[in-house]
Amino acid sequence: MTAGPTRRVALKVLGGTLGAGAFAYAARPLAQWTAELSLEETLRRHYKELSAEELAQILRRLEEETKKTHGVDVQIRDLPAQEGVSFGYALNLSMCIGCRKCAEACHHENNHDRRTNNSYIRVLEMEQGSFDMERGKVDYDHAVPAPGKYYMPVQCHQCDNAPCVTVCPVEATWKEKDGIVVVDYDWCIGCRYCEAACPYHARRFNWTAPEIPPEEMNPDQGYLSNRLRPQGVVEKCTFCLHRTRAGRLPACLEACPTGARVFGNLLDPDSPIRWVLDNKRVYVLKEELGTRPRFFYFFDV
Amino acid sequence: MTGPADTTSLPESPAQPPALTYLRFLRRALGLAFSGSWRFYAWMIVLTAIALVGLHAWGTQLRHGMAVTDLSDHVSWGLYIGNFTFGVGLAAGAVLMVIPAYLYDDHDMHDVVIIGEIVAIAAIVVCLGFVIVDMGRPDRLWHILPWIGRFHWPVSMLAWDVLVLNGYLLLNLHITGYLIYQRYLQKAPRRRWYRPFVFLAIGWAISIHTVTAFLYQGLGGRPFWSSALLAPRFITTAFISGPAFVIVLLEVVRRARVLRFGDGPTTTLTRIMRITVLLNLFMLVSELFTALYAGGAHAASVRYLFFGLHGHHALLPYIWTAVVLNVASAILLHLPQSRDDKRWLLAACGCAFVGVYIEKGIGLIVPGFIPSTLHELVEYTPTFVEWKISAGIWAVGLITLTVALRIGLAVWSGRMSERSAGTQTASPSGAPEHAGAQSVG
Ligand code: SF4
Ligand code: SF4
Repeated sequence: MTAGPTRRVALKVLGGTLGAGAFAYAARPLAQWTAELSLEETLRRHYKELSAEELAQILRRLEEETKKTHGVDVQIRDLPAQEGVSFGYALNLSMCIGCRKCAEACHHENNHDRRTNNSYIRVLEMEQGSFDMERGKVDYDHAVPAPGKYYMPVQCHQCDNAPCVTVCPVEATWKEKDGIVVVDYDWCIGCRYCEAACPYHARRFNWTAPEIPPEEMNPDQGYLSNRLRPQGVVEKCTFCLHRTRAGRLPACLEACPTGARVFGNLLDPDSPIRWVLDNKRVYVLKEELGTRPRFFYFFDV
Repeated sequence: MTGPADTTSLPESPAQPPALTYLRFLRRALGLAFSGSWRFYAWMIVLTAIALVGLHAWGTQLRHGMAVTDLSDHVSWGLYIGNFTFGVGLAAGAVLMVIPAYLYDDHDMHDVVIIGEIVAIAAIVVCLGFVIVDMGRPDRLWHILPWIGRFHWPVSMLAWDVLVLNGYLLLNLHITGYLIYQRYLQKAPRRRWYRPFVFLAIGWAISIHTVTAFLYQGLGGRPFWSSALLAPRFITTAFISGPAFVIVLLEVVRRARVLRFGDGPTTTLTRIMRITVLLNLFMLVSELFTALYAGGAHAASVRYLFFGLHGHHALLPYIWTAVVLNVASAILLHLPQSRDDKRWLLAACGCAFVGVYIEKGIGLIVPGFIPSTLHELVEYTPTFVEWKISAGIWAVGLITLTVALRIGLAVWSGRMSERSAGTQTASPSGAPEHAGAQSVG
């Protein structure tokens, strides 16, 4: 180091200036992202700690936001689980023809991202006489039903022993009294641990902010179900709780042209779902994992 | 972090209150962190530049969403979590210097144990960085804080991991901070202020890796990870990458002539590596055998990883590079040349380090998702953005390591102490004779 002190200082000043410029440039996207965040939302308490008024305020705020971003008047409700109701779902594999109408209905009902054509339902085309999903195909592209095949739609099984709920580090996802596993999109930190834990590929991450044309938006929304999801959080099937908790049927069931889907209250002895469970030999997927699904499959034999 | 400042003052600074002494220590340490030879500047500028590139890329990822990565709902963890896993191993591996130094009273090791502890700190910084960039919503990070957020403990393994990683960081910060500061004051450290923490940290080091393994091992729906062998393999590879890194680092420190120490530590670490590389290969064979001989669901991922499946084979180049490097390091370490010639040993360490990096990074995480739980084959190749962010985090880790080592070793070697502060005015630009990384004087 033979450089004199003045040159040394000059170099340091130059370096410092360049460094500060580089830092400002590098930090710009981060600063822009921070500017888009709302402090109110960032500091919000957990869903279960909110008072009724706080929750009501949040619902109004979310409605206003949708109005601002999409120009649509939506109604966001937070329907609680009903007493004496525990939901179950069954699917008749002998009737399903693999038309994917359910997946499409889900796409529209739940305000899914249009670009990715997202849906909570995946339909597997299976080999007749095999339960091996390794031989199943999701991306089949031909007239259905194809000979020698049967079709198995898969969506969230609302497991009673749900690995996705266990692993979540912040309790952003939990099981409700009526058996539905929900996510609070405003609490999820987007670690995707639940996505790794779910054995049924039932969870989806918002890799971008979902894109929905205003005219196609479903305005009947639930806080814990089909309201617009923010970027960077996880979502999943909720058995359409904004419908089913109001006494209606899930959208996928209504869309099914063959009547393969059966939904209802497991605690009601006269419900169709109970009839299926009592009269058919039903099975669940990956029973050996001990997840105890509320989604049952059966054949008509 | 540094224990109580004692009231016994030094002859050179008779009426100095302890707080002032500490402030002066901090000021001098800071000076040391920002000054040095041109080589030090060049090194720091390159690292800072890489870190800034990473910062820019991370901001882009936050703004435009994680769609800028190649991650998907099928392969939802990739390069970031892979690097995280590897970093945990590095942090845990550094404990192999602490055990001989404190448990077996290996005096040679005792001379350099501070280096291992500093490596652990830098590695944890890297780990935390990777966890944060993997999050979709880092703005909600506070949700994971105990009491303030909704910390899902003891149920969630990730909550455990957050706990043990931060605990390990604090433990190591305390131990190194205390020892360095006492050395600076030229006082003998009090055993009760560090020994209990050292022993705690030894157990803790094992726990960070075990808990991280449990993170994956506990997922019943992912047969590739759901193996009892996962945690033992984790520890074994940690005990390869940790020593490999430290051996190279010791060589750098030795050549920079900032600290004088014997060859004992390198020999001890080499001996450990000779065993762990073989153990790792043995477990690999055992795992391959279980998967391939009987077949079954577990086999699909293993087959995909090593041989490709139904025309999909994106991971083949990675994993076979790792296997070749791991075998090469095992051979090199057992050649007589590596005992006498440092170059052979360093080559072996390089192979081992990169081999484990690939195996624990991409090789362990990605096949857990392929085939997916519904047996779909969706592949994953990290994008440029992911590489930039990852490089940035490693650069931050290296900056942490460099600065901590400069300060730590300047004190450790006795070049910077309270006494030296008393006899000469510490120039704000940092006296060149204290330059850590290169010997100037
Ligand atoms: S199917 Fe998956 S997402 Fe649904 S409750 Fe079970 S584990 Fe959770
Ligand atoms: S992604 Fe969200 S819901 Fe899933 S485990 Fe992480 S924080 Fe919980």
